[in-house]
Amino acid sequence: MPKADKKNKKPKRTEGGPVRLSVRKTYKLFIGGAFPRSESGRSYVVHDADGAFLANASLASRKDVRDAVVAARKAFGPWAARTAYNRGQILYRIAEMLEGRRAQFVAELRATGRSAEAAGAEVDAAVDRWVWYAGWADKVAAVAGNPNAVAGPFLNISTPVPTGVVGVLAPEGSPLLGLASVLAPAIATGNTAVAVADSPLVAVTFAEVLATSDLPGGVVNILTGHRAELAPWLAGHMDVNALDLAGASAELAAECERAAASNLKRVLRPADEDWHADPGLRRLTAFLETRTVWHPVGV
Amino acid sequence: MTDAVAVTSTRELRGVLHGLPGVDEVGAKARAARLGTRSIKNDTKAAAIDLAISMVDLTTLEGADTPGKVRALCVKAVRTAPGAPTVGAVCVYPDLVKVAVEALAGSGVGIASVATAFPAGRAPLEVKLADTRRAVADGATEIDMVIDRGAFLTGDYGRVFDEITAVKEACGEAHLKVILETGELATYDNVRRASWLAMLAGADFIKTSTGKIQPAATPPVVLVMLQAVRDFQAEHGRVVGVKPAGGIRTTKDALKLLVQVNEVAGPRWLDPRLFRIGASSLLNDLLMQREKLATGVYSGPDYFTLD
Amino acid sequence: MIFDTGYAPAPESTSVVDLRASYGLFIDGGFVTGKETFPTINPATEETLAEVALAGAGEVDAAVAAARTAYENVWGPMPGAERAKYLYRIARIIQERSRELAVLETLDNGKPIRETRDVDLPLVAAHFFHYAGWADKLEYAGYGTTPVGVAGQVIPWNFPLLMLAWKIAPALACGNTVVLKPAETTPLTALAFAEICQQAELPAGVVNIVTGAGETGRLLVEHPGVDKVAFTGSTEVGRQIAHALAGTSKRLSLELGGKGANIVFDDAPLDQAVEGVVNAIFFNQGHVCCAGSRLLVQESVAEELLAKLRARMETLVVGDPLDKNTDVGAVNSAAQLARIRELVASGVEEGAEPWSPPCALPERGFWFAPTVFTCVAASHRVAREEIFGPVLSVLTFRTPEEAVEKANNTPYGLSAGIWTEKGSRILAVAEKLRAGVVWANTFNQFDPASPFGGFKESGYGREGGRHGLEAYLAQG
Repeated sequence: MPKADKKNKKPKRTEGGPVRLSVRKTYKLFIGGAFPRSESGRSYVVHDADGAFLANASLASRKDVRDAVVAARKAFGPWAARTAYNRGQILYRIAEMLEGRRAQFVAELRATGRSAEAAGAEVDAAVDRWVWYAGWADKVAAVAGNPNAVAGPFLNISTPVPTGVVGVLAPEGSPLLGLASVLAPAIATGNTAVAVADSPLVAVTFAEVLATSDLPGGVVNILTGHRAELAPWLAGHMDVNALDLAGASAELAAECERAAASNLKRVLRPADEDWHADPGLRRLTAFLETRTVWHPVGV
Repeated sequence: MTDAVAVTSTRELRGVLHGLPGVDEVGAKARAARLGTRSIKNDTKAAAIDLAISMVDLTTLEGADTPGKVRALCVKAVRTAPGAPTVGAVCVYPDLVKVAVEALAGSGVGIASVATAFPAGRAPLEVKLADTRRAVADGATEIDMVIDRGAFLTGDYGRVFDEITAVKEACGEAHLKVILETGELATYDNVRRASWLAMLAGADFIKTSTGKIQPAATPPVVLVMLQAVRDFQAEHGRVVGVKPAGGIRTTKDALKLLVQVNEVAGPRWLDPRLFRIGASSLLNDLLMQREKLATGVYSGPDYFTLD
Repeated sequence: MIFDTGYAPAPESTSVVDLRASYGLFIDGGFVTGKETFPTINPATEETLAEVALAGAGEVDAAVAAARTAYENVWGPMPGAERAKYLYRIARIIQERSRELAVLETLDNGKPIRETRDVDLPLVAAHFFHYAGWADKLEYAGYGTTPVGVAGQVIPWNFPLLMLAWKIAPALACGNTVVLKPAETTPLTALAFAEICQQAELPAGVVNIVTGAGETGRLLVEHPGVDKVAFTGSTEVGRQIAHALAGTSKRLSLELGGKGANIVFDDAPLDQAVEGVVNAIFFNQGHVCCAGSRLLVQESVAEELLAKLRARMETLVVGDPLDKNTDVGAVNSAAQLARIRELVASGVEEGAEPWSPPCALPERGFWFAPTVFTCVAASHRVAREEIFGPVLSVLTFRTPEEAVEKANNTPYGLSAGIWTEKGSRILAVAEKLRAGVVWANTFNQFDPASPFGGFKESGYGREGGRHGLEAYLAQG
């Protein structure tokens, strides 16, 4: 497989034939299952690690945040209502699609300056992470929920249910694994997500994986652009239920957390994360509500 | 017969009875228990005790009953205690009605007779009707019949309905109390349905139990029956009485019943014509508590005659 | 009729309570006097019950420091099994002094003695029993075994001692120490609890009680020595606390307001539904965050249900909270009464129709008759805002889908009720309701084993049961 960056740069002479100009990809946003440009019409230049031009990525605006939240809210009910088994199947499908595009992601990660080895390791880990969370979809209720032995003639059961729309600031420095590590736990349990990506090209290509994995439109929405510009709109949005601030600096995190108080969003603060480590249940359970249902027991 | 509503087929009755709102067991028990926490004090308590005395159907329903036992009971029914009211009625087996009629002549105390092959009710309809007619002919003013629980539980509502209307006709002027034997009906849904079935068939009273089966007149059963007479009155305009019987032994039990009557059916039912308590030992406890209120001193059983 | 004027007064004796003229702050195992004091009154009579110390910055500092020392030296290192025994002791003492505490709570809060005696106090003791048992079993609960540290806890006036139990029992079971601030209008049972800690010989500083108003609460939650904040109260104050804690490493759990929908379908067990509606809104004068303050009734059964509801409301006994027959007691404060009145006035102005049963309210004290609003539009303030009083707003619906939409159409998400005899409908509707507690064919049931807490602006975190441990363990 050719290296994507090189392929994009130069016309290639095929042996004995005419010069063929490669077809470049337009990197757009991922909202509601579609790939629109930013409504603002803005874009920004993305360079490779050596400073060479790679692409013009869409520079998302606050209105794109708005549109993405609308899409995520619309997708939430039906996604949460799917069986956990079905959600698990779709997450596993994401892993399959990701695996199939391994070389492409290795190439895009290499363009960010990673070695072939590191890039390969990151893709592999990302695939495995999707597989791991795919398996959690129909097990989290058994771990996070339980019947409660109340002192009366009642059946009483607590079950975890998704919080709703989760705003995600994808972590820095781990374009594919980091993104997998914040998106997968959010959607495995039935939430929908609006993510502000760290590394735009990898993220948009990953959106193509999502778009071909039977994931309903709007369950994951990915915005590229300036985190500091978009995050406060996401944090202050009254129809967003939770925030994963994985990719926020301490200052931005504090600002977002203050804005999040407006509608009491559940906030997962940034922590010093090793994305290759066992993620545990922290993220999976961070965006779950516990609903307890009582019913009398009588004849 | 005039009080019977014109739906008689099992199919139609099933539609009506199964269309009634269900009863949630836990909720009904909680409500009854909460009403049981009401505290009645002082003058109100004294008045309530006298009201309860006037509602007692003083009962003896033993195989060993004799004319002597019934006569003694009748004396007690009339001369409860100085200044205290007479009881509502004396309740006996049909063959002892004549004895009670003689003993109670001119007292105003009612003469209730169980009938219809009490307590099982397992006899042919002709026998049940003959039982009823004989009791009425001997002077019973009130007839306590039992329903055919077997027919009810198999869903043969038409049969139960027809029996009640036939017995009602045999009663003539006598008031008909229909015993549901709630302890055999198993669920509160069934208690509500049986209550409505009896009322639709013309019952003047619905009564919980024979006293021969446990559980008998539990607070939630009485609650459901009081709700039934209230709702029946709202829908059909006819006022039906309620008689809990079986297991009511203390003044506290009786006062709790009066609270239920007051808050569930409504104050209109605080009347011996619409609420009776079938009991035997209860009367002495009511009299003992009455004495305590009057004198301020706790009394003892030695100061009250057994019958 | 014999019960025309009720059942005659049946007042619970207050002789079991030994009220002091003034109360200090409970810091580091002893009572200390404050520089300032404020009165706490009986809302049923407006009489002053006692003067209570007002904790300022210095006292809050001292309390937090005492909690820190106790955490590091005594309580944190103590084996769970030993902590458990202290909590069991406390639970037993609460049971032993139950009647005294019930009367004290009724005096200070205005809620009926029937509720403090039959609901609050049994639940308080049960809560300590439940969490006592967790103290040496944390490793099996799934949140690790490391405590968070010093917890700053601020509780409301609607269930003073019960909210204290909900806060202190899990915190202590997990190895944290606490500084708790009771509400300014209901400090007395918390101070009685301080004495219970002394009777139980709980190590000094493990529990500290600082009394005061909003400013004391602010000093506590913003104190840098506090690792964990737990707050129960209004959504507005919850928002302020979340804002203030942003950017810190403090953990936060919030149990805030609600506007619970109580949905009655046409196949409901109607008599129990009526009882559930009454219990949902008139329990504790409606001063309940999870109250079923919006009745959503299916149109086909609305008239019948409302007729039964009105008849039932006529039997509610309103008045002297100490009377054993009282169902609805006094509103907790003049301020709360003013808020209820203001919202009810807005309901009338917006076109909703109020109805109350005839009931004579006492002249002194703060009272509000049980009220039901019909002709309510979803946009009316009485259908959207938390009234926190004995005021029910009735809305109707036609289909299950409409019921769910209306129930969820609120920024709150604490509780909901479903009344239907159809099991599959209960499960389908419960699954769609965005509420932390769903009571089906019942309402306002509480149990220490059952987690409680809300979705959305009703707060986050759960109190009760295994889930209630999470807020007090570092790994949670």
